[in-house]
Amino acid sequence: MHWTEYLVPLGQGAWVTVQLTFWSTIFGAILSFAAGIGKLSGFAAIRWLSVSYIEIFRGTSLLVQLFWLYFALPIVGEMAGIDLRFSPVIVGILALSLNIGAYGAEVVRGSIQAVTRAQYEAARALNFTPRQTLFRIALPQAIPEMMPPFDNLAIQNLKDTALVSLITLGDLAFRAEQLRNFTQDSTTIFSLVLIMYFGMALVLTAMMRVLARMVGRWRQTGR
Amino acid sequence: MLFGIEWDTSDNLTFAISILPILMRGLWVTLQAAVLGFFVAMVLGLVLAALKAVPARIVSWPTRVIAEFLRDTPLLIQLFFLYYVLPEFGLILPAFLTGALALGLQYSAYLSEVYRAGIEAVPRGQHEAARALDLTPRDTFIRIILPQAIPRIIPAMGNYLVAITKDVPILSVVTVLELLGVARIIGDRTFNYLVPLTMVGGIYLILTLLASYGVRRLDRSLPKTGIPLK
Amino acid sequence: MTDPIIKFDAVGKRFGSVTVLDGLDFEVAEGEKVTIIGPSGSGKSTILRILMTLESISDGVVYVGGEPLWHERKGGNFVPASESHLREMRRLLGMVFQSFNLFPHMTVLRNLTEAPVRVLGLSRAEARERGLELLDMVGLADQAKKFPHQLSGGQQQRVAIARALAMRPKIMLFDEPTSALDPELVGEVQAVIRQLAEEHDLTMLLVTHEMRFAREISDRVCFIDGGRIREEGAPEEFFTNPKEERTRDFLHAILADN
Repeated sequence: MHWTEYLVPLGQGAWVTVQLTFWSTIFGAILSFAAGIGKLSGFAAIRWLSVSYIEIFRGTSLLVQLFWLYFALPIVGEMAGIDLRFSPVIVGILALSLNIGAYGAEVVRGSIQAVTRAQYEAARALNFTPRQTLFRIALPQAIPEMMPPFDNLAIQNLKDTALVSLITLGDLAFRAEQLRNFTQDSTTIFSLVLIMYFGMALVLTAMMRVLARMVGRWRQTGR
Repeated sequence: MLFGIEWDTSDNLTFAISILPILMRGLWVTLQAAVLGFFVAMVLGLVLAALKAVPARIVSWPTRVIAEFLRDTPLLIQLFFLYYVLPEFGLILPAFLTGALALGLQYSAYLSEVYRAGIEAVPRGQHEAARALDLTPRDTFIRIILPQAIPRIIPAMGNYLVAITKDVPILSVVTVLELLGVARIIGDRTFNYLVPLTMVGGIYLILTLLASYGVRRLDRSLPKTGIPLK
Repeated sequence: MTDPIIKFDAVGKRFGSVTVLDGLDFEVAEGEKVTIIGPSGSGKSTILRILMTLESISDGVVYVGGEPLWHERKGGNFVPASESHLREMRRLLGMVFQSFNLFPHMTVLRNLTEAPVRVLGLSRAEARERGLELLDMVGLADQAKKFPHQLSGGQQQRVAIARALAMRPKIMLFDEPTSALDPELVGEVQAVIRQLAEEHDLTMLLVTHEMRFAREISDRVCFIDGGRIREEGAPEEFFTNPKEERTRDFLHAILADN
């Protein structure tokens, strides 16, 4: 097989990787905000739930989480009488989102807490409710601060998608391993695959930069 | 049976107790891999940091690209690359060493950033003061800069040591019998994945909670820090 | 005489073991312009921060508009105020901070309209009209579309004054409004405050180190030290003929600095 022929199956795998990264980054971001804000909540139950989620998913390994959701969760479901067997795609996106969301939650919490006390006092003096203060005053200032760490997390997430190949999902890593089995041409295949991941990471970083500029537009207006 | 230790599947609790010693064997391998990988990362990271700091672009620029490449590509693929490609060049390593090397490579890129940030966090005035006192560049680095940089980087290093430990399970893919690999074999043979996998999660949780407590205490006992993780 | 609009009745404030206000008694009549002066750490800013509900009290009762601020009446007794009571009371007050505290992610006009729309329930058009009017008053009508970081410190503080006024408070609190400004920018901010004092029947409470300015705009000057009011009086009398030793020392020191 000539190396150009590898590109078709690898391209198919890369497309799966792109979709996995996209969806788990979106769901991960939602979880980040929910748990990051939840950790600062005035309600003890919400705070406790958020902290438990963050600690469990940051504290254990992604691959352990992935295998647990894929192999162990169905058994829990069986014991409880519910069908908790999901397709590899669902389990993959679930594990990736939950994992990256826990890391993102700490970023969200930290950025909200980094908004100065003076801003909260001004909001209080103008009689904004706590909810209005969060959404209209604190978050718009905190979100631009979150972008550089979010960029790192998005890259982390892209890299992490490779692990879903281990639960038989046909992403780029899976196709690479399949091709290697078939052709034994490891050097070419894995070099190609590394370059493809690197390329995707560069594109992702560029996209995150554009996003960062969009959410932080008010900071760039010149004098 | 694994490592000559039998298990008892009569009920979940008995099962859990019977496989604990087996999982502990796996944990021991995990910790060894993490420490060896981290050691490789510390040394390689230092090399990368030094080369990135070389004024000549012809050296620093390619180093930067290599570090970025190591950072931005999946550990799993790097591991496969080493595992399948090195033997083609006649370098046959045991799976454990290949795994530790892969961990070390990926984390060397992270650690090189930690070193750089630590050194850059020492205020410019310190360099200027050292020059004013006529210290040699070598003495400036060893006696003035490093003693101030090291306390700043230690908490970040601690966090990366925890992170590398959480990445060790990937080595199970190339047959390293670390914690997760052992748990999967038990699951495969007993058709009970729930108990061993949940135990692995629990062991990791205990490990990281203890470690982050340790890093926090260390952080508090050290002078000024301020290097972000990842 | 009508009831005072602000009344501190034996108010104590402690931070841990530090006593900031020590059984403070203090009254302000409606429409009165009062300046509070005193050495740093004397608790003068704390008085404003307590009124703005940014700081709670340890003892005593604060009344604003005849109602207890930090308490609610319940069956003849005072119980600690709920958040909704504090919200109700805050409507009477506006505050200007030392470091402006404008919202950096909003345009100047948006800084003025956001709270009237969200808190008072004004329509966008009404809030906009009110905002532009106030910007005109502080001489910044042409800066409405800029962001705070594009303005000078003096301009930012004038916007902050307009922002507080947009909520139509009955009492305005100024916490060292010119201390964070470069000397050449102090005048423009003082001019706006002076205009406000002369043309409106707002009750004003000002903490400042600018003695000449205090003398110009106040009906009464209070000297606070060690958490209590040591001397108060009409500005002419206060500055030309202080009675207390401490007041003389303080005025002497601060005038020597200028």
